[in-house]
Amino acid sequence: MIHSLFLINNAGDIFLEKHWKSVISRSVCDYFFEAQEKAMEPDNVPPVIRTPHHYLINIYRDKIFFVSVIQTEVPPLFVIEFLHRVAEMFQDYFGDCSEVAIKDNVVIVYELLEEMLDNGFPLATESNILKELIKPPTILRSMVNSITGSSNVGETLPTGQLSTVPWRRAGVKYTNNEAYFDVVEEIDAILDKSGTTVFAEIQGVIDACVKLSGMPDLTLSFMNPRLLDDVSFHPCVRFKRWESERVLSFIPPDGNFRLMSYHVNAQNLVAIPVYVRQNISFFESGSSGRLDITLGPKQTMGKTVECVVVTVHMPKVVLNANLTATQGNYTYDPVTKILVWDIGKLNQQKLPNLKGSLSLQSGAPKPEENPSLNIDLKIQQLAISGLKVNRLDMYGEKYKPFKGVKYVTKAGKFQTGKVVPKQSSRLLFDKTK
Amino acid sequence: MLESSKESLKLEAMKRVVGLIAKGKNASELFPAVVKNVANKNLELKKLVYVYLVRYAEEQQDLALLSISTFQRALKDPNQLIRASALRVLSSIRVPIIVPIMMLAIKEAASDLSPYVRKTAAHAIQKLYSLDADQKDHLIEVIEKLLKDKSTLVAGSVVMAFEEVCPDRIDLIHRNYRKLCNLLMDVEEWGQVVIISMLTRYARTQFISPWKEMLRDTNSEKAFYESDEEKRKSAEETKPYAMDPDHRLLLRSTKPLLQSRNTAVVMSVAQLYWHLAPKHEVNIITKSLVRLLRSHREVQYIVLQNIATMSIQRKGMFEPFMKSFYVRSTDATHIKTLKLEILTNLANEANISTVLREFQTYVKSQDKAFAAATIQAIGRCATNISEITDTCLNGLVLLLSNRDETVVAESVVVIRKLLQTQPSEHSDIIKHMAKLFDNITVPMARASILWLIGEYCEHVPKIAPDVLRKMAKTFHNEEDIVKLQTVSLAAKLYLTNSKQTKLLTQYILNLGKYDQNYDIRDRTRFIRQLIVPSERGGALSKYARRILLAPKPAPVLQSAFKDRDRFQLGTLSHTLNSKATGYLELSDWPPMAPDQSVRNVEVAEAVSRSTLALRQPVGLEIDSDEGPKNGHSCEAGSRSGSGSGSSEESSSEASESDSESSSDSDSGTEQKKQSEAKPAQKVRRSSGDGLVSVCDRVCVCVCQQLSSPVFVPVHTYELLHRMTGKGLAAQYHFSRQPCIYDDRMISVQLTFSNNGDHTLENIHISEKTSAGQNIHCFSPIECLEPEKSVTVSMGVDFNDSTQAASFQLCIYLTHTRKISQSFNVSIQPAVGELLLPVTMSEQDFSKEQGNTHTHTHTHTHTHKCSPKHNFQTSSLKQSTFYSMWFLNPEILAQHNKPNIIRMIIAISVYVELCLGSQSVVK
Repeated sequence: MIHSLFLINNAGDIFLEKHWKSVISRSVCDYFFEAQEKAMEPDNVPPVIRTPHHYLINIYRDKIFFVSVIQTEVPPLFVIEFLHRVAEMFQDYFGDCSEVAIKDNVVIVYELLEEMLDNGFPLATESNILKELIKPPTILRSMVNSITGSSNVGETLPTGQLSTVPWRRAGVKYTNNEAYFDVVEEIDAILDKSGTTVFAEIQGVIDACVKLSGMPDLTLSFMNPRLLDDVSFHPCVRFKRWESERVLSFIPPDGNFRLMSYHVNAQNLVAIPVYVRQNISFFESGSSGRLDITLGPKQTMGKTVECVVVTVHMPKVVLNANLTATQGNYTYDPVTKILVWDIGKLNQQKLPNLKGSLSLQSGAPKPEENPSLNIDLKIQQLAISGLKVNRLDMYGEKYKPFKGVKYVTKAGKFQTGKVVPKQSSRLLFDKTK
Repeated sequence: MLESSKESLKLEAMKRVVGLIAKGKNASELFPAVVKNVANKNLELKKLVYVYLVRYAEEQQDLALLSISTFQRALKDPNQLIRASALRVLSSIRVPIIVPIMMLAIKEAASDLSPYVRKTAAHAIQKLYSLDADQKDHLIEVIEKLLKDKSTLVAGSVVMAFEEVCPDRIDLIHRNYRKLCNLLMDVEEWGQVVIISMLTRYARTQFISPWKEMLRDTNSEKAFYESDEEKRKSAEETKPYAMDPDHRLLLRSTKPLLQSRNTAVVMSVAQLYWHLAPKHEVNIITKSLVRLLRSHREVQYIVLQNIATMSIQRKGMFEPFMKSFYVRSTDATHIKTLKLEILTNLANEANISTVLREFQTYVKSQDKAFAAATIQAIGRCATNISEITDTCLNGLVLLLSNRDETVVAESVVVIRKLLQTQPSEHSDIIKHMAKLFDNITVPMARASILWLIGEYCEHVPKIAPDVLRKMAKTFHNEEDIVKLQTVSLAAKLYLTNSKQTKLLTQYILNLGKYDQNYDIRDRTRFIRQLIVPSERGGALSKYARRILLAPKPAPVLQSAFKDRDRFQLGTLSHTLNSKATGYLELSDWPPMAPDQSVRNVEVAEAVSRSTLALRQPVGLEIDSDEGPKNGHSCEAGSRSGSGSGSSEESSSEASESDSESSSDSDSGTEQKKQSEAKPAQKVRRSSGDGLVSVCDRVCVCVCQQLSSPVFVPVHTYELLHRMTGKGLAAQYHFSRQPCIYDDRMISVQLTFSNNGDHTLENIHISEKTSAGQNIHCFSPIECLEPEKSVTVSMGVDFNDSTQAASFQLCIYLTHTRKISQSFNVSIQPAVGELLLPVTMSEQDFSKEQGNTHTHTHTHTHTHKCSPKHNFQTSSLKQSTFYSMWFLNPEILAQHNKPNIIRMIIAISVYVELCLGSQSVVK
């Protein structure tokens, strides 16, 4: 299946290679570089590249390209999913998945990759199992190891590997037993210039941090499970129970994990927490333009909207921006042409406003497309869909755990100011005239 | 440092060496020094040495052999992790000399007690195969053995090995098919992907198409005109399609996996449904696929490609989710193009206005490649939906005045394609384009305009020669395709309007004659011969007009994903749209269902013989029948399969619920169970025989040696009514699982539910009143809130009697002065619950029969009481009974009770069940 893996940084250096079968020369990456050059931006590199003898499947994550070499037919998603798992594992082990972190821990990375794949087929990808086999680096441990000479490598087969609950290791002990659940919802929306919703949906995840001793069996129930339209679960969740009773019953993995992700029924109207009044215009003469953006809270269910950031991808001809913000501050990067306005908390009384002029490249024709706004925001203690956790019960263990649920709403892909032409298709292309 | 005596130094050195390998630097000269450390005790050092060995063994074969003995020793290590890793490394050393050693090691590891080692063995099979393909036959033997493995850990890896080594040996799968389906839920996610794709291929060869009826529907019109005889035949063919229960099993067991967090698993289930499910069931995959679009960019790319292929065939599937395919400005270009593709596929008369409005914004995108693709898409919509062709055409013409070159060029190309469908009405558009000609520089667009003018020069008689004149001026500066089109234009004009253009044409032909590009020289020479005939005849020139000015068919604008469905969805080949190495074709449905009995797993030879004997008459019937065999055999299959189907259904459910409950218990017992699962599975399989449908209802108790998947009825009995229980209601049922508390106990599941208004606390069993019966209580339930219920299990040793087990159930009622309340309850076992199913061979049975006189009694009783079985006594004797459940002689011996009493109980059970009554026969 997966033959080799190359890690390549943004500058085009191959800084790590690993082969699970016979060695493949790194010159195979030339095909990748070719594609990368053609694509201009890292995001545009095609995930699957064909070369005369191999196939390259790559992902781009945290400024690193994970390029895997394949020789025979394999579902591409299989490889892509695996590569993402590898990246997540690095993140889990080293705190972040960066070139520096990988280079610093190259031995552990190698040991990990060795355990994760055998002959190109995934062997152990559960973080709990791997952590028993190869202990994550900590300052204390590396100190102890250098003195005593003990190793980072587990000596016995992790118990999880053989059981039907491979995600949990046996003999977990905590003095404070606690289970926290974060319900995080994201609104994906496209609004048109007048603020009408073109498209909106809510996607949510429940991330859990469970630190419980022994083998607890948890049951999480919702006040309104009917809201959940489409769900996907961590393998620990018993699907039958969900089907019949709409409760999540599971033996949790130890530590942080994503319990489920869900999609909220699109038929329910999505509450849009903010409104935007925007006016960006470019003048035909004088190579300048005007920008005027105002934001205000809309349906926030009594909560404050925080961490509001507006990002605008300006057309290439915009050289600079001279603006004044009544709240927060803005930056304009003339190289990437990105305008970022960091507002912070949204105030009901005084609406934040950004106003001023844009200077354009002289002589260039005015941009035909008005840029759209991407908005980022956060609302604490609110799940915008109205989803509520009812209760959490624990079976199988005697102690009383400490439980907690937190709700957060964020903006996902929240885009406004899209120009949507008027109703009739007869008037197609009217704007271009 | 490697030679140092200090371990920490060695380790440090090895770490540096691994660092070198990781960077891709050559460290092979250290081989001798490293290989010495292979026997080191330090595990981390050892592992690093392994890494090194695997990397360089191929280059230094002789030295690598030094390490082999260490691995051979490690293969016998009591620690399973060490055994497994030794095998891993040994099989990864690509040195041909050690093939026999590897073979031996694999064979040994395949029968290792630890499933982890067996899994490693499955991986090693592939490695050995790639090293030495001659070992195939031996390896297939090992694969066959490992396929029988019941461990979920092994299943994925061995199927992978199967796919690699012998994907055509489908016969190896037959007997493991049902097991694989049932295990699928619990296999690790990567294994699931491999197993699902293998089963997809398998199912396509083994089951008949569930789509047949759909096809016939579309052909029904044709059937109307067919002759009577044919009609009769087709009527016979349209016998209701009955899905093979095994086919259904596969679909059912994969469905929950659509909810997996692993995108690869979801995709593989989706493709399984796409390729195998009846058309009306495919829709369930839509939601899950759309969900995957939330995932990483790369995942989106693959999923969108698959959706694009699906949306061509089945628009309806994705239409409700059209908004999910709207393009965002932040999407990568290839994602945008795919979304565009899907939107175009989904467009129809009803939603075209929304789609076009959406497209209109895309045209203005700053990403010009994407804008161009949008124009193409508009063109496709225009040809597909005739109502909007004019609107689109007008819109595109407006785009010609766009400032951006690529947009204009693309519009010209698309307009040309659209105009070809109805040229006569649009001469003004052609005129307009001719006017624009001077400003357009993109070669493809220029060429398109020239072609248009040439093709429809009769509609624009005045402009055409003028354009040609301009072209003659700039000929040498043009791109090749433009030059070629200029030559064609000249030729066409020469034929239609030779008066004005004769000289111009000659001039252009002369220019072309000395062009650098040989294609152009070639074309020029050809055209000249064609239109200006030389003295030596030129037979073709007579037909020049017909050749050059023949009406050309309009191009069909169609999706690039049109033919992609020839590849299995979700595969690499599908993504690349060309066959990748090692791609396994998905075969077409077989016209006739192959024998489905191959999937039955027999307990003993005797049973298989009896099944065959029974099947025979049915088969003969078909052969003698003159009608189309297809329908009949299908029906026969469903008939004989129905029995097995129902049992299969219930048993798979049972096994699932079992695996769920077992996950609660600790891993130790789980392991034990896995090893024990074998006999039980066999017993279950025997119920696959159509004739023993009675047996499905035979409630025979489960003994301790036999565990998991057996038929478990859902019937519950009342233990405590809610009125007497002050709000507490209790029910019990026999779970028919081995009791974990004691061998002799029967496990009973109690379900308490609180129907009152107050919380009940501390529900427990206070005292066991019934004498001689040993009861293992459940752990007290601390509290039970109103409207809640809780299930616990307890064990009761009924002492092989049908006497009820009585005990006291206590609760605290907190709301009334904290008083403890107790109720006397009793559990009444049905005889069947105390017994155990056993299968025995014919010989054993006759022996047993000889032993006891009363046994003949059994026979007669069964016949008389079973209305469904109107078989001859003799045939029943021969066949049915052997596969019947029967008392376990061991149990009899254990309890030292007279055999005869046992037999009587057995008889009574059969009688009871055949009658379907619940009354206990004394």
